[in-house]
Amino acid sequence: MARELLKGNEAIAEAAIRAGLQAYFGYPITPQTELLEWMSKRMPELGRAFVQAESELAAINMVYGAACTGARVMTSSSSPGISLMMEGISYIIGTEVPAVLVDVMRGGPGLGNIAPAQSDYNQIVHGGGHGDYHLIVLAPASVQEAVDLTVLAFDLAEKYRTVAVVLLDGSLGQMMEPAELPPMRPVKTTFPEWAATGMMGKREKRNILTSIYLNPPDEEQTNLRLLRRWQEVEASEIRFKEYFMDDARYVVVGFGSAGRVALSAVRAARAEGIPVGLLRPVTLSPFPYEHIRKLAQRVEGFLVVEMNAGQMLEDVRLAVAGQKPVEFYGRLGGVMPFPDEILSEIQRIASGGLTLEGHPRERWLQRMNGKN
Amino acid sequence: MQTEIIIAGFGGQGVLFAGQLLSYAAMDAGKEVTWIPSYGPEMRGGTANCTVVISDEEIGSPLVRHPQAVIAMNLPSLDKYEPLVKSGGVLIVNASMVNRQPTRTDIHWVMVPGNEIAEELGDRRMTNMVMLGALLANLPILPLEALIQTLEAHLPARHHRLLPLNVEALKRGAEYLAVKA
Repeated sequence: MARELLKGNEAIAEAAIRAGLQAYFGYPITPQTELLEWMSKRMPELGRAFVQAESELAAINMVYGAACTGARVMTSSSSPGISLMMEGISYIIGTEVPAVLVDVMRGGPGLGNIAPAQSDYNQIVHGGGHGDYHLIVLAPASVQEAVDLTVLAFDLAEKYRTVAVVLLDGSLGQMMEPAELPPMRPVKTTFPEWAATGMMGKREKRNILTSIYLNPPDEEQTNLRLLRRWQEVEASEIRFKEYFMDDARYVVVGFGSAGRVALSAVRAARAEGIPVGLLRPVTLSPFPYEHIRKLAQRVEGFLVVEMNAGQMLEDVRLAVAGQKPVEFYGRLGGVMPFPDEILSEIQRIASGGLTLEGHPRERWLQRMNGKN
Repeated sequence: MQTEIIIAGFGGQGVLFAGQLLSYAAMDAGKEVTWIPSYGPEMRGGTANCTVVISDEEIGSPLVRHPQAVIAMNLPSLDKYEPLVKSGGVLIVNASMVNRQPTRTDIHWVMVPGNEIAEELGDRRMTNMVMLGALLANLPILPLEALIQTLEAHLPARHHRLLPLNVEALKRGAEYLAVKA
């Protein structure tokens, strides 16, 4: 199929539709409202379910209900709206039904602004609701990747009976890039044996879908089941992209938009002869811990770049486990870094700016304070 | 090879559309391209700008501090973006909306009376097309013909009656510079 110039939010919506999305329940919030608006037009055209709920809390619970039928269902929101959805996400996980969530991060905390940020990494990767579980988190860095990962999200959510999140920021949601959409996949007509589909004389036993396990040992068994499925996800579903890594002595690590900006900086650094490469995790959860641990054995140091105060930084540090120095550069509150800022950091690191002492966030803050 | 263009003006001048047209043309020419908008909450007025990055390879940062070229549609945009154009770059200014010339001597700048040319053609809303034509005459990233073909290919059928005027506006913008030279 040919490439079209697509806006991130709309590309994700259409990709979900092509993946056989059967129901979308959402609520408007900048910078992802175009996704909801696209759905509001297309879903009724195709005879599929669309509801603009009265709030994000209502939307996620509608998703929960629809997910229990085994249909392909999703919602989308941005930072403050995602906060409202946390309880519902936990219920969906606890009931072990699949759903897809799109999170277009913006500046915060609180109302914040509508500018792009990555400050919800911890909320989604290490949280995502109350309870002992992990979400699958996919982080695209281009409109094409957003299309591909949205389709993948549905497949993974169903395969592991979990919630898969497509995590991006406002700039990716708003930008337009050429992308190829997949062909239209028909909606499902057969549903899993656990799903609530209306008995209609076809089943003897009712399916009960709930996250209530009043007996603590039963709840413990449920949690162990979730954990074992998570181990399967960790074993099979880690994804990342690498650039200029073959002979790299320094590694920049960044996801999503920060990863893209870092790519420009790494190219510029290479043009200056600095042996630096870029690792861009595509799955933030499961995280490529083992890959980074192995990288740490052969490189001299890492520079983590994020649009937050150092959240993925901690996962990188965990993976590196003190073997080599890790530095950090971040911008906050919806500010997007320019490549030259990251290039400066790479140059600083390559000319002796690496240390194992102290915490990279402290050093970064000192440098930031020095500038202000 | 990468080129970055920022088009800036106030809401309603067709700044974003001009950037999108450029982006469609780049895509049709087989390039990689990223279009990213920036605008305030106002429906009219306020600020509006978009950055278009055109490249042969996967694009990194969608935003640039120092673009290769800028179209400044009004005075606040000229004030903001003149200092940022890359040395040796191109600055196209809508002379109709500013009261001064650029002062930099290390960039190629041109003053084009976009509003007047558009009004001569019959619709001031064509100003963005005039400026885009002027840009392409000074920054050879794509031939004007490519933009015309792109307009024909991607403009929805219900707007096709507007094609001739848009094409004329593009050409007039490109020709204005030729006359000056």
